[in-house]
Amino acid sequence: MSSNDLKRRPLVFGGIIIIISAIFIVRLFSLQITNEHWSNYAGMLTEERQTLDPIRGQFLDRNGDLIVTNIASYDLLYTARLATDFDTLAFSELINWDLDDLVIKLEKATNYSRYVPSIIVKQLNPKEFALISKELWRFSGIHYRTRSIRSNVAGVAGHLLGEYREASRDDLNSDSFYRLGSYKGKSGLESKFETQLRGLPGSRRHIVDVRNNVQETLSSLDTMPKTGKDITLTIDLALQRYAEKLLKGKRGSVVAIQPQTGEILAIVSAPFYNSDDLTGTRRGLVYDSLNHHPHKPLYNRALRGTYRPGSIFKMVQGLIGLDEGVITQRTVINCDRSIIRCHGAHTADNLTEAITHSCNPYFREVMRRVVQRGKDENKLKDAALGLVSWRNRILEFGFGSNLGGHLPGTRRGSIPDVNYYDGVYGKYHWGYSTIYSISIGEGELLTTPLQMANLACILANRGFYHEPHAVRDIGGKGKPASTDSIHYVNINADLFEPVIDAMQLVIEDPSGTAWRARVEGITICGKTGTVQNVNDLEDHSAFMAFAPRDNPQIAISVYVEYAGGGGAWAAPIAGLLIDSYLTDSISNIKAEERILNWEE
Amino acid sequence: MIRNSSSIFKNFDWPLAIIVVVLILFGWANIISASANIEVIELVDWSGKGGKQLMWICICSVLAFLIINIEAEFFIRTSVLQYVATLLLLVAVLIIGKKIGGARSWFALGNFSLQPSEFAKPTTALVLAWYLSQDSTKWKSFISRVASIVLIALPAGLILLQPDAGTVVVFAGFVFVLYREGLSGNFLIIGFASMIIAIATIIIGVTQFNYPWMGTWSGIGIFWLIWIVLGGLILFLIRDATVPRRRKNITRWGVMALIAGLLFSGGLHMGMEKVLRPHQRERIHVLFGIDVSNPDADYNIRHAKSAIGSGGFSGKGWMCGPMTAYSFVPEQETDFIFCTVGEEWGFMGTSTVVILFMILLLRVLYIAERQRSKFTRIYAYGVASILFMHFIVNIGMALGLAPVIGIPLPFFSYGGSSLIGFTFLICILLRLDAERYKILR
Repeated sequence: MSSNDLKRRPLVFGGIIIIISAIFIVRLFSLQITNEHWSNYAGMLTEERQTLDPIRGQFLDRNGDLIVTNIASYDLLYTARLATDFDTLAFSELINWDLDDLVIKLEKATNYSRYVPSIIVKQLNPKEFALISKELWRFSGIHYRTRSIRSNVAGVAGHLLGEYREASRDDLNSDSFYRLGSYKGKSGLESKFETQLRGLPGSRRHIVDVRNNVQETLSSLDTMPKTGKDITLTIDLALQRYAEKLLKGKRGSVVAIQPQTGEILAIVSAPFYNSDDLTGTRRGLVYDSLNHHPHKPLYNRALRGTYRPGSIFKMVQGLIGLDEGVITQRTVINCDRSIIRCHGAHTADNLTEAITHSCNPYFREVMRRVVQRGKDENKLKDAALGLVSWRNRILEFGFGSNLGGHLPGTRRGSIPDVNYYDGVYGKYHWGYSTIYSISIGEGELLTTPLQMANLACILANRGFYHEPHAVRDIGGKGKPASTDSIHYVNINADLFEPVIDAMQLVIEDPSGTAWRARVEGITICGKTGTVQNVNDLEDHSAFMAFAPRDNPQIAISVYVEYAGGGGAWAAPIAGLLIDSYLTDSISNIKAEERILNWEE
Repeated sequence: MIRNSSSIFKNFDWPLAIIVVVLILFGWANIISASANIEVIELVDWSGKGGKQLMWICICSVLAFLIINIEAEFFIRTSVLQYVATLLLLVAVLIIGKKIGGARSWFALGNFSLQPSEFAKPTTALVLAWYLSQDSTKWKSFISRVASIVLIALPAGLILLQPDAGTVVVFAGFVFVLYREGLSGNFLIIGFASMIIAIATIIIGVTQFNYPWMGTWSGIGIFWLIWIVLGGLILFLIRDATVPRRRKNITRWGVMALIAGLLFSGGLHMGMEKVLRPHQRERIHVLFGIDVSNPDADYNIRHAKSAIGSGGFSGKGWMCGPMTAYSFVPEQETDFIFCTVGEEWGFMGTSTVVILFMILLLRVLYIAERQRSKFTRIYAYGVASILFMHFIVNIGMALGLAPVIGIPLPFFSYGGSSLIGFTFLICILLRLDAERYKILR
């Protein structure tokens, strides 16, 4: 160990100092300047990017009254990192939960993330929240978030409006609008007009402290959410309410349409439910009970219920017969009850009488004349040719069609065609005598209540209909362009008069089947239908009508399931609704009482 | 006396004093920001830590003035006395001290706490300087070596009992003093080599390795195997390349080094697995970036690094760092004060601090080497060693390069005891240095 060696030692120490300092500076350079990772991580810790949900558009009725709006609800969130000395038992008592369920839920939330808040309790309404909000401060790690939920303040038209509920995983993957816990229209108009209703989200960034409390808002970078568009429906709230009142406790449907425009004034499927019960905390329970109810309350009968049209179909047959020239309004046909049974005392009717009496042999003969035109020598081939042209006429009335499909979930029903009968009986193995039951609205025909109301529109308009629709205006921009299309039934307006005469008689004639639909001072034109059921079950009661006869304002179809003949229940309901809509009052109090006190 | 006093300031080392003052003031600014109470609107909260630190700065200014005006001879003569007094305080604190954060290191005095271990650093430096500068002390004698090590180990041992591992680490820095005074350089080399082996052992020790036919085990076995095979090969090659008369020596030392390395690695691995408690092992793992099961184990480091990283080049501005303002970094006004510098002053601020410390350390070395007095030189080395250890451990910890050992950044961190301790340390040096021409060679 020379003295020279010792002299060099300060240099060794100094060298170490310089090297260490250099290492620190290189490290700082990488941490602070070249490497983004830690800076981003700091951003994640200190900035909370909050998506501001836009306010969803509301639903209004045709007069601007509120049907569906948004109200505040409260979610409780849990952040595991912030939960110190969390009293699980006290919290479970506060929110009235089972302790084990809560423990499982909290564990799940902790495993998901210690930093990101998880929703523990969803959608407390303001009342429920007020009860517990005073105690929440005791639980570190719990905070609440307000969110707006849908509320059907009018409490009507649940089927039409549809469900608004949590978006599924698929929704989250396919559309960036939705985040975990986002809500989405899932059925009905809520789903159909989702993009118009939902608006555009905004965003806001907060600086948060170590306990995730918001401390500052970075306002310059924020964007405000854009409120969704309000939708004005064609629904008349008063009529809709009244229709629901009359159908309460029954199974069936009401569809009322303004004939000149195709605007749906009321649409009810009974039994119905309050759509509010399907949002919020009780959704699971309510949905389950509705789904398992024997009367299928979730099923929208007005759009999806398919029934045989029954006697109502005879008017269509009569109109086609007139237009095809196989009968005139004075043509009299014998009531030959040897082939098909009939009811009431009559022997030979003209068209008007036949409709009034609902004469089966008359319309069997009319359709035979339409189908069997002698275009082919072979009777069976002739029947097949005839059925094709007959069916095309029927389709003009909107049967077998979803009528433009403006309403979500509309079914087409069915009008049997040649292929159908070929399939059943074999090609050219069937003739008119095989299929004549469809002439009186029985057999393989299936129509929906919406199509029946649409038929009432065609009769009211004497030959045309607008596709029925429920939306009048979206965000002040008017109807969706596609809604406004007219369909003509190629039948001269004059030819409607004998049929409409008959419809007036159905109600006003002393022996008319729909006398219960009479309303003092209003000329109602209607037709009853009776949909036969198998076994001993009561028939479905059906009725369609329009009123007043001149310049009609309302066309309507009413179905009451398992209620007997069309005149018994469906007709008086239609009468009351027409009266209510046209006069804003009820003249036949007794009829109303009878309907309200209905028991199956 | 008057003549003396004027000559003091004639030879006073202003650069050193100025660097220290700059560090203290810059540190104070950061303490104000780090401890700012969001609810208090005034810029400086006088009742908070910023205000208290100002009070300590004032007290230390008075103290500095007093120390600089005391003749150097006083410190040389009383060094043993001070050392003994410190030892008594260290014993006393174990008995009547206040326990804060699991360590019995503080005397509680009303609102303030005093940490005697902070005073043990200058007094140990003094007594070491005194002992090694005695004419009777010859480094080559075994007793002298043992005695100097005992002088360091006594206070270090008492501090370990508190327990305050951080301060003990600082005492390890005295090895540089011994090195300057003649301790074999091999000690430094061995120390450096064992550090490398230790790091390799810890990292490879937790790496799972799939052995053929034997299943999955720790990779440490492979490491040991490679160590022997590769080490043997290198030794053989070196032996072949040297002149025959040195071969025997090389073989002997080489084999010994191989075996020693193996034993060290094996012992460390066993120690890690068997002796350390889980949270201690975790801290070491975190240091090496090893993924540990407890997600909050590296909480401090992650937050510290992101605070520094988010500063960018020029920082977010004084009192404008959200991580500082909302206390994301634990102990941010004391042990992690460097994070506040990083966030609010950016790379400009942090590199300035590092360079200031580097200049400070080099200046102390320069001062040490210009002394005629052996006492002053050794004392200056003590000062440099203590400051150096604080510097590398504190900043290294904030940068994730050293384990989380809670020791303050000198002159910078909040805390009265440490500021007083460092004031003592540096002011005695300033006084000793100012008298450098009085000593005859």
